[in-house]
Amino acid sequence: MSQTWILLGATSSMARAFARALAARGDSILLAGRDMADLKRLATDCAARGAAMAEAVKFDARNPAGFAAIIARAARQDGQISAAVFVGSMPEQSAIDAAPELIEGTVSDSFTGPAMFLQRLAPEIEARGGGTIVGIGSVAGDRGRIGNYVYGAAKAGFHTYLSGLRNRLTRAGGHVVTVKPGFVDTAMTWGLPGMFLVAAPEQVARDILRAVDRKKDVIYTPFFWRYIMLIIRMIPEFIFKKMSV
Amino acid sequence: MIWKSAEYNGWGRVLKARGELARPERQSALAALPPAAAIGNCRSYGDACLNADGKAIQMTRLDRILGFDEATGVLHVEAGITVGEIARIYAPRGWLPAVMPGTGFATVGGCIANDVHGKNHHHAGSFGQHVQDITLLQNGKSRKVTPDKTPDLFRATLGGLGQTGTIVSARLKLLQCKGDLMTVTERRAENLDEFLALFDSSQATYSVGWIDATASGNALGRGILEEGETGYGMVPPAKRSRSVPFDAPGFALSPPVVRIFNQAYFRRIPERGRTQVKPINDFFFPLDKIHDWNRLYGKRGFHQFQCVVPVDATGSLREMLEKIAHSGLASPLAVLKRMGPGRAGYMSFPMEGYTLAVDFPNRGQSASLIARLEEMAAAAGGRIYLAKDALALAKRLKAMYPEQPKFAAAAAKADPEGQLATDLIRRLKLRSQK
Ligand SMILES: Cc1cc2nc3c(=O)[nH]c(=O)nc-3n(C[C@H](O)[C@H](O)[C@H](O)COP(=O)(O)OP(=O)(O)OC[C@H]3O[C@@H](n4cnc5c(N)ncnc54)[C@H](O)[C@@H]3O)c2cc1C
Ligand SMILES: NC(=O)c1ccc[n+]([C@@H]2O[C@H](COP(=O)([O-])OP(=O)(O)OC[C@H]3O[C@@H](n4cnc5c(N)ncnc54)[C@H](OP(=O)(O)O)[C@@H]3O)[C@@H](O)[C@H]2O)c1
Repeated sequence: MSQTWILLGATSSMARAFARALAARGDSILLAGRDMADLKRLATDCAARGAAMAEAVKFDARNPAGFAAIIARAARQDGQISAAVFVGSMPEQSAIDAAPELIEGTVSDSFTGPAMFLQRLAPEIEARGGGTIVGIGSVAGDRGRIGNYVYGAAKAGFHTYLSGLRNRLTRAGGHVVTVKPGFVDTAMTWGLPGMFLVAAPEQVARDILRAVDRKKDVIYTPFFWRYIMLIIRMIPEFIFKKMSV
Repeated sequence: MIWKSAEYNGWGRVLKARGELARPERQSALAALPPAAAIGNCRSYGDACLNADGKAIQMTRLDRILGFDEATGVLHVEAGITVGEIARIYAPRGWLPAVMPGTGFATVGGCIANDVHGKNHHHAGSFGQHVQDITLLQNGKSRKVTPDKTPDLFRATLGGLGQTGTIVSARLKLLQCKGDLMTVTERRAENLDEFLALFDSSQATYSVGWIDATASGNALGRGILEEGETGYGMVPPAKRSRSVPFDAPGFALSPPVVRIFNQAYFRRIPERGRTQVKPINDFFFPLDKIHDWNRLYGKRGFHQFQCVVPVDATGSLREMLEKIAHSGLASPLAVLKRMGPGRAGYMSFPMEGYTLAVDFPNRGQSASLIARLEEMAAAAGGRIYLAKDALALAKRLKAMYPEQPKFAAAAAKADPEGQLATDLIRRLKLRSQK
């Protein structure tokens, strides 16, 4: 069946790799984000790689007024509509300590903005009797760490939201995949200290697509983060609170 | 973060640099950076892609396809896309980059900046001869370069080692191919004369020679000529790539091991030759299947010596091979190829003649052997390839690259403050206008 994907935060290199994997399959893609110049270049790239349709559309997670237009554009397509959320922002914890108002934006970008978008999209998926939602969460959402607990909290909220949405859409033939990447070699992590086992965006994109095809619910990517996080989640809070992992 | 402090190295892993690296993900991020040396995938062996204690901009994430004209075969791409990626996407549709170096990981920017050659150099010329235009970023300003309208800047940019500005995008004329398969014929050459004769009579579109650099006496210069044509049909399933998980110990490439390996490698081809059908990657990028194969040379790394000598300098070629065979230093990776005259820039490597490339582990007398080989190449009226070089001396370069003054003048105009200079440029004083 013909597929149309909406990619939110399509300027992320992870999203770009995923868009290219979809393009190679001949899917249609709406590339949503803030940097229209880059999104237009990416649209051309995806079309050259085989996308049936690739179009740049304006999306700002902090401006819900713009969401309806994107969904309306997608609704003009035949077949299934799917969406993948790559939006997110991770200000340094020290910046947040200095200006706690930053929490609002962090939560909008990584959780509430995408959630409001998906909430509007859900009826469309239900009406068509199928479609997939991919939400990029993070291992940072599995436990609050001293270095990025606001970002982690936003991701944890998003995980829980996705879990509920899965529960809802499954009843209508839809599917929701929660993706928890470890460290990925993107603009967000370039030059950050303490990075190890960093995965290429292409590898993450492959894992996501496989999870979509196999209707997985929650994946860690690369896979070994499942075990790393298993251990980290098992550490009792009275010990964890003294650790700086 | 924009700048990451990192240690990075050329492909030979002998020369390294510590410095600040930026890796812009999009054009606006590139435009916001101060001018600095651009690098691709660091498939240059020496220090062409290094800027120690300075800044460098890694272009690999600027890799979008910006358009393709099916009627003319002109492909518009950002400079960070690799030739392997272009081949992967377009070969099944009947098009290939007109020139492909021996690794698919080379970026278009790197291919322009070294004006690379491929296995079809004798017919197709160098990479730059298929470049229709280039968009450069010069001190924050975008500038279009074409062979007709800006010939001086074009010639300074092709093979120009990134010194005329950051290569942002380019239009490449692709070559039509029959599909993504190769018919490859391999024939033995029992010695150098036979080898050169085979090359001279070869009609093949693509040709390359593996040479046994350990053979001496009557067998000096023996090897295998591979000739290839593109084709189509059933694709044998591609083998998964592997990687080298650790640095190999020193004895892996000791002289007896290499001699035995080469002997077997040579005899693997039956005396009457053989013809096979292979996926194009196996023919064009044979080494890419093993990721990080440069680690096979151990921690100390290796050098590649590559020179080209004029057609009539086969005597020098023979002397070089004798020196190499007697040194006991050669590794199995050694290539001989006939080159045509095609070159696109002032500093382009190719010239009509024969090119010889041999890898040497970085140990013992390798450096002094390479210095001697370099002198011999220069004396024969040839030159060495800067993409491979880590050892040459500045004083020998001018004779090999007579158009260097024109290059230096154009680079000075484009980058008056020398912000684009790399370790190689400084070592060989290539921007010197004296
Ligand atoms: C296994 C192997 C086989 C090879 N076979 C061949 C061959 O058959 N023929 C051949 O000609 N070469 C060959 N090479 C060499 C290789 O093709 C060149 O070194 C090529 O330039 C590497 O491209 P890169 O993207 O890695 O560039 P780098 O090595 O990172 O950089 C090379 C040069 O290009 C400049 N540069 C890179 N990108 C830009 C940009 N966007 N703007 C401005 N300047 C830029 C750098 O400053 C540097 O001077 C081979 C290399 C390997 C490892
Ligand atoms: N890199 C990692 O190690 C890692 C690990 C786990 C999870 N993740 C998650 O993976 C996703 C992709 O991140 P990345 O690593 O590729 O980093 P990135 O390049 O910073 O990607 C973040 C994306 O979110 C977009 N965005 C941020 N705020 C926005 C807003 N208000 N409106 C619209 N778009 C907005 C950015 O768009 P602009 O281009 O317009 O800024 C960008 O496309 C994020 O959700 C991130 O949290 C990353």
